[in-house]
Amino acid sequence: MERILEQIPRFFSGPNMALLLEAAGLTLAMTITGCLIGFGLAFVLVYLRQTPGLWALPLRWICITYVEVFRRIPFIVVIYLVLFFIQAVTPDASLFTIAVIAICLYAVAYTADIIRGGIESVPVTQVEAAQSMNLSRLQTNIRIVLPQAWPVIVPPAIAFAVSFIKDTALVSQVGVFELTFRGKELNNQGYSGLLVFGTIAICYFLLSFPLSMLGQYLEKRLATPRGERRTRKIRNP
Amino acid sequence: MPHLEVSDVRAKYGTLEVLKGISFSIKKGEIASLVGPSGSGKSTVLRALMGLTPITGGTVMIGNDRMNYSSAKEVRAARDRMAIVFQQYNLFQNMTVMKNLTLAPLKIKKWDSAEVMSEARRLLGLVGLSDRADAYPDQLSGGQQQRVALARALALKPQILLLDEVTSALDPELVNEVLDAIRKLANEGMTMIIVSHEMAFVREVADKVVFMDEGQIIEAGKPNDIFDNPQTDRARDFFSKILRH
Repeated sequence: MERILEQIPRFFSGPNMALLLEAAGLTLAMTITGCLIGFGLAFVLVYLRQTPGLWALPLRWICITYVEVFRRIPFIVVIYLVLFFIQAVTPDASLFTIAVIAICLYAVAYTADIIRGGIESVPVTQVEAAQSMNLSRLQTNIRIVLPQAWPVIVPPAIAFAVSFIKDTALVSQVGVFELTFRGKELNNQGYSGLLVFGTIAICYFLLSFPLSMLGQYLEKRLATPRGERRTRKIRNP
Repeated sequence: MPHLEVSDVRAKYGTLEVLKGISFSIKKGEIASLVGPSGSGKSTVLRALMGLTPITGGTVMIGNDRMNYSSAKEVRAARDRMAIVFQQYNLFQNMTVMKNLTLAPLKIKKWDSAEVMSEARRLLGLVGLSDRADAYPDQLSGGQQQRVALARALALKPQILLLDEVTSALDPELVNEVLDAIRKLANEGMTMIIVSHEMAFVREVADKVVFMDEGQIIEAGKPNDIFDNPQTDRARDFFSKILRH
């Protein structure tokens, strides 16, 4: 305890804080970039997975396999796979790029099922009405289905991103200078582990808390009286 | 010459044959009504015409053109000529009444915007909802929603209008407002196929009644002949049960 108190002034010095701030920024940047790209690609994946017709069977099969496989691999294994694959292809790719790609691949698999759930919550009769007016599948999805699926998609998607901020700690294993990596570094410099990782814990909280607040805000905003009434109709058609 | 001619149309859900060779025809401006017990395939006939249930055999002619449902392009051609109103209205919940009416005419048919808007307002007037153009579907009663659905179908300027049990989901006191709107269309000479359980209404507006049971047409003819003097036991039995009260 005395050691911690004695270390505090030195630990909270300018250079150390700059280091942690940069690491926090990196953690946030990786998560947001990876999740946003992943979320976007997940829409493409869900759309391809719903392609009708016999000719698209392999396509549907690939999409389903992707989701099922990536949901069953630990994130740390995905990171190593991406690391070794990318390094074999382009040896000079930055570790940040590799981390973002790994996050992205993982986020696609998880958010694809969230999106699919949202889309399936929209009654099929809405799709039939659109079809009978000759709206294409893409038009039907963009104009009719997705606007009604948002209230179901957004809250769990944000919850996923919030929890994923923590999971990015794993990319420290391949040497990306994010929060946990810097923590270990400072710990190795002789700072008390309790002090260092206590601070790191607070950093993670400060990163994810605003995002959860945003999630709650969006959830409230999307659950308009209209939205509520519609969900009730779905349950008792 | 018939405007719509359906010949030996068949359809299956999985292995269950739900339409076992349906044939009937209507002339331009005529109203045909499909009646029969639940599960007899009446709604499936309309769904098959709209390409929502695949046709496994038979032919459909509109005017001189054969509708072929074998490719996406051909199904689009059929949908381009007909419009359907569903039992559950199926208005787009995320759009205002006006948007529901103008979406397909503007984005799919690519008609002139000013004309589409003024036609949409005319149709809302026709169904008595001029003041609800900016409302969302769930702010309307069932009867109002169904009248919007009727206007939405008409905005597509269909050659044939298909009505699938449009009053079955409505509270009894809301049925008449929808029937009144359909009556107006009948007077304007709209060609329609009406699936309905409102026998009094069918007798009033239909030129032809088609009685179906178990995926087949049992009897067809003029409303008075079918209702008052059915030739088959099955039809006699059905009408005696539902016309008694």
